[in-house]
Amino acid sequence: MKAIITVIGKDSIGILAKVSASCSDADVNIVEVTQSVLQDMFAMVMLVEIDKSNIEFDQIQESLNKVGKITNTKIHIMHEDIFNSMHKI
Amino acid sequence: MLETKDILETINMIENEHLDVRTITMGISLLDCIDENIDKACTKVYDKICRSAKDLVKTGEDIQKEYGIPIINKRISVTPIGMVAAPCQSKKVVKFAHTLDRAAKELGVNFIGGYSALVQKGFASGDYALIESIPEALSETDFVCSSVNIGSTKAGINMDAVKMMGRIVKKTAEITADRNCIGAAKLVVFCNAPEDNPFMAGAFHGVGEADTVINVGVSGPGVVRAALAKSGEGKDITEIADMVKKTAFKITRMGQLVAKEASKRLCVPFGIVDLSLAPTPAVGDSVAYILEEMGLEVCGCHGTTAALALLNDAVKKGGVMASSHVGGLSGAFIPVSEDAGMISAAENGYLDITKLESMTAVCSVGLDMIVVPGDITPEVISAIIADEAAIGMVNTKTTAVRLIPAVGRKAGDELNFGGLLGKGPVMPVRKGSPEVFINRGGRIPAPLQALKN
Repeated sequence: MKAIITVIGKDSIGILAKVSASCSDADVNIVEVTQSVLQDMFAMVMLVEIDKSNIEFDQIQESLNKVGKITNTKIHIMHEDIFNSMHKI
Repeated sequence: MLETKDILETINMIENEHLDVRTITMGISLLDCIDENIDKACTKVYDKICRSAKDLVKTGEDIQKEYGIPIINKRISVTPIGMVAAPCQSKKVVKFAHTLDRAAKELGVNFIGGYSALVQKGFASGDYALIESIPEALSETDFVCSSVNIGSTKAGINMDAVKMMGRIVKKTAEITADRNCIGAAKLVVFCNAPEDNPFMAGAFHGVGEADTVINVGVSGPGVVRAALAKSGEGKDITEIADMVKKTAFKITRMGQLVAKEASKRLCVPFGIVDLSLAPTPAVGDSVAYILEEMGLEVCGCHGTTAALALLNDAVKKGGVMASSHVGGLSGAFIPVSEDAGMISAAENGYLDITKLESMTAVCSVGLDMIVVPGDITPEVISAIIADEAAIGMVNTKTTAVRLIPAVGRKAGDELNFGGLLGKGPVMPVRKGSPEVFINRGGRIPAPLQALKN
């Protein structure tokens, strides 16, 4: 199953590194990353594969929430299908 | 890959605009639980509900976690108990209400609907006893919801039932007066009741439905309002309607996804998606605010009915293409006490019961969650029900009445339920007595369906 991680917040050093580290700890494979910084707002979208993850979905969620707290950003991880169904016919 | 802006739009809808799936409702047929012995029947009912819905709450929570969509309620609707109770020799029908309540508590669902009777053309065995037991049932249980269908376009309006329901609504409020008359908030009187409605308090599982079925109700007035606020300025009405349609499409696609996933995980057939804009008292999650965003100074001013008609229709058009099966009530709800914009309009005197009545001719439900003075007579309640049912009957649409007579309070006071049911100012009703009309009983004949030229 593929999921989408979004990170939104104020830009600071090491956000990408910390999120990636959290993914790699959980054996979550990053497929694609796009990021943009508008003024000082940071928005990153990651497409990840979580089939081979060594932990449950809600544990991934929890570890990302922790990264969110450290980096002062809002991090969501959601099933890819929700975006596909809402934005593709 | 998906566009970043689309992804962020979805996240924003959920985070800031109150997008959610309002309910996953499992419909369960109780026809195979019928028994002459009421205690045996109750045991079968309890066992069947607990067996069929044992994974409902957990599945809802799992989907919520994985997909990141809030799923607010998990509910159950059952075959109208009036039918299940029909052959029982004992008239202690209220035992069924206790059974349903016990099952709801065991399973952890938010509500269980179906303490209902369908009497649009007449009373069958069991219906009388059921209706008479409604006040007791709603006061002695926490999660049971009740509804009575008293009219339809094909059958006309059963005025004997209308008369009876005036008394029952009042008694239900009185018997729960110490709890803000909460009983009346769990009782709906319908005309043309849909058999696959997932929303409470009017949900029941129709006799034409499968043994078990999953129906999903979506919501999202906040999302529609935000879309209009973002890019509605200077646009004409055609463009506004298009914007509502596009937003409704996205909301419904999400509901469809949840419905399909829930149906797959529970191994229960998917029934329908009900594409309703269901407000909550949370600021920003209001249907009234959508109407105001369209350009009305306040909900209730002249123009409100037209704006609501446009909204109701556009929601359906957008939603229909997004789901394989649409049903239930589908449209815009206008429950006064549950909608921050309606509450404020009513408090400031812009919205009264007559304006609401005309709005119900074009919205998806009816006079919903309206608090009326405690000294209202049963005949006036019956007459309000009859008026509303007549609108539904003639226009071939569902209408409903959920009035809360606020015992001990008069027009201008306030009744506060808290939570999703919100609060509402006590609204005055019109003067003059319909007593003789209501006490005649009988039936209003079904309206002409041809010769429409």
